[in-house]
Amino acid sequence: MKLVSIDKKDWEKGIERLRPRYRLFGPIREKTYHAFQRLDEGQLPDLAFANTRLSPKDIVFPQSKAILECSLDETKADHHIMKSIAGDDTPQLVLGIRPCDASALTLLDLNFNTDEVKDPYWIQAREKTTFFGLACDTPQSTCFCTSVGGGPFDEKGLDVLLVDADDRYLAKILTEKGAAAMQAAGWQDESDANALLERRRGAAEERIRSVVHTDRLKDIDILRLHGAPFWEDISFACINCGTCTYLCPTCWCFDIQDEVHQKTACRMKNWDSCMYPLFTHHTSGHNPRGTKLQRLRQRFMHKLKYFVDKHDAGIMCVGCGRCVHSCPVNIDIRHICNLMNQYSTEDACEAQG
Amino acid sequence: MSEHIDRIRDIAQRLLAEGRVDMIVGFRKGTLPMMNEPCFIKTPTAVDQLVWDSHCGINLANYLVDRSETIGVIAKGCDSRNIVTHIIENKVDRDKIVIIGVPCHGMVDKRKIQSLADAEIEAVAEQKDQLVVTAGGNEMTVPKKDVLQENCRVCIHRNPVIYDELAGERTEEQSDVDRYADVHEIEALSPDEKWHFFEDLLAPCIRCYACRNACPLCYCPTCFVDESRPQWVGKGQDPTDVRTFHFLRAFHCAGRCTDCGACERACPVGINMRVFTKKLEKDCFEQYGWEAGLTLDERPPLDTYRLEDPQDFIK
Repeated sequence: MKLVSIDKKDWEKGIERLRPRYRLFGPIREKTYHAFQRLDEGQLPDLAFANTRLSPKDIVFPQSKAILECSLDETKADHHIMKSIAGDDTPQLVLGIRPCDASALTLLDLNFNTDEVKDPYWIQAREKTTFFGLACDTPQSTCFCTSVGGGPFDEKGLDVLLVDADDRYLAKILTEKGAAAMQAAGWQDESDANALLERRRGAAEERIRSVVHTDRLKDIDILRLHGAPFWEDISFACINCGTCTYLCPTCWCFDIQDEVHQKTACRMKNWDSCMYPLFTHHTSGHNPRGTKLQRLRQRFMHKLKYFVDKHDAGIMCVGCGRCVHSCPVNIDIRHICNLMNQYSTEDACEAQG
Repeated sequence: MSEHIDRIRDIAQRLLAEGRVDMIVGFRKGTLPMMNEPCFIKTPTAVDQLVWDSHCGINLANYLVDRSETIGVIAKGCDSRNIVTHIIENKVDRDKIVIIGVPCHGMVDKRKIQSLADAEIEAVAEQKDQLVVTAGGNEMTVPKKDVLQENCRVCIHRNPVIYDELAGERTEEQSDVDRYADVHEIEALSPDEKWHFFEDLLAPCIRCYACRNACPLCYCPTCFVDESRPQWVGKGQDPTDVRTFHFLRAFHCAGRCTDCGACERACPVGINMRVFTKKLEKDCFEQYGWEAGLTLDERPPLDTYRLEDPQDFIK
């Protein structure tokens, strides 16, 4: 893997060279937190951040997207005929995505790009986007990427990994897309500072304080875990808002809604949340997950058990810590994962509750 | 820990041991600094789990509805007013609630505290009316009054208005606060300025509904934003829909909101949506002389019609 040194004096120049070739995205400070935004003319990414409030998955999986539209004007020949809204192929470049969020994209691929099902919106967005990651030197107390197969300098999902080395960035080129972008930016000075990079990586990994155990999840009987007695206690505080699911980089559920504006109708694809009562509400009126315990249990069973059993790719969580940090009632996935992982029972299968 | 905690635990233990309640709803220590987690306990031996300090801003009245148990609930001033509202609205049976009232000195805002530190906060310890904040290896002392939640700063009902047990000495109510200073500031803006102010305020909203779900008043089986036949409000990010959600929710809370601040506390992107409910609270106070949840003996003005209702504001 080629290592390039980007003198910080050349940073802005390189970005300006990228601007005509890519739609640029980067973290921007908004009031009290950072968010990934489209970078306007002349705007630089603000890389002095721990992580953004919302994950950057919105760039490839927008919260709200019109996918079909039609005219309701009956004087038009094609009225009421739904048509695809053309996607655009403009290449995108995301500057400063953290390794946890990038590895989350590879987990989302397992859902949106399979042999059986290919989500065309996801695939188009993934293919046109290049990701320049920014390694974490100061992980937060709520970070636990190293417990879930990741790390502050992890490379999964990235095209280039940037490491802040004071007066320069070290850029590890990981893919052809990454190489193409580096060349477009004119960042070509090779570096041999591999040892420095490794030292930084080690120091960052040592700063991770949260540890989450996942080793037994695969082996625990699924129905026993589902019937475990601790769900009542840990679901009590939950208010079933969508904060955890909307901030989560690995959540992928969406809802299709039709909306009408005067004489135009469009079909929207919006993020949905398993925390909402409507999520499993059937047209018959029946709701198989009508209680908050059932919904909360489903969230953690999905993330920490169903996904584990189905994909053999670890848990459906990258340890970014956003849900831990932002849950209004302090529901903590680290605690729940440890509870689930250590759960065992000698009894026969308990009745489902 | 607050000086009330021993009394709270004693009362809780007694209520459970005597079988007067099936469960106690309170807080247990959170896994993060400045956070506590709402919890329930069902056995007298578990009362030591209960905590009470300046990080108990969540409104526990939110956890009382649609339950069949007899519940002992820890309630500060605003919480108790929401319990009154629940009873008046027939959402909660007075006989199935035992209220452990706690006079409140104000809850702190973790975002305000974090903004004072350069690094991530590791710990916050309470020493009477000071907080000792540890961040990045350094300690600093902060007066609690400087980092109170905005609603607590202007609170005039710190003592529970209804209770079965009182877990501490009643505290003096604040009398020199202007509850509506923020509303007056906005009222003084021109229409264009107001429009931009609200646009800016609601721009970060991600429609997670944490505000709605943290609010004890929002208990509709199907919220108006979730209706689909007919669909009243779009579910996407169209700013008109986002604003409709916030404005209409505020109207649904008019005459009922106790300004407990749970909404602002819950919001993951820090929106100060209390400006809407404060405006409606001010209108109810000035036009009807009404404050929500102070007594079980009066029905709210938006609930009743009297010939002598003021009407000089009807033009």
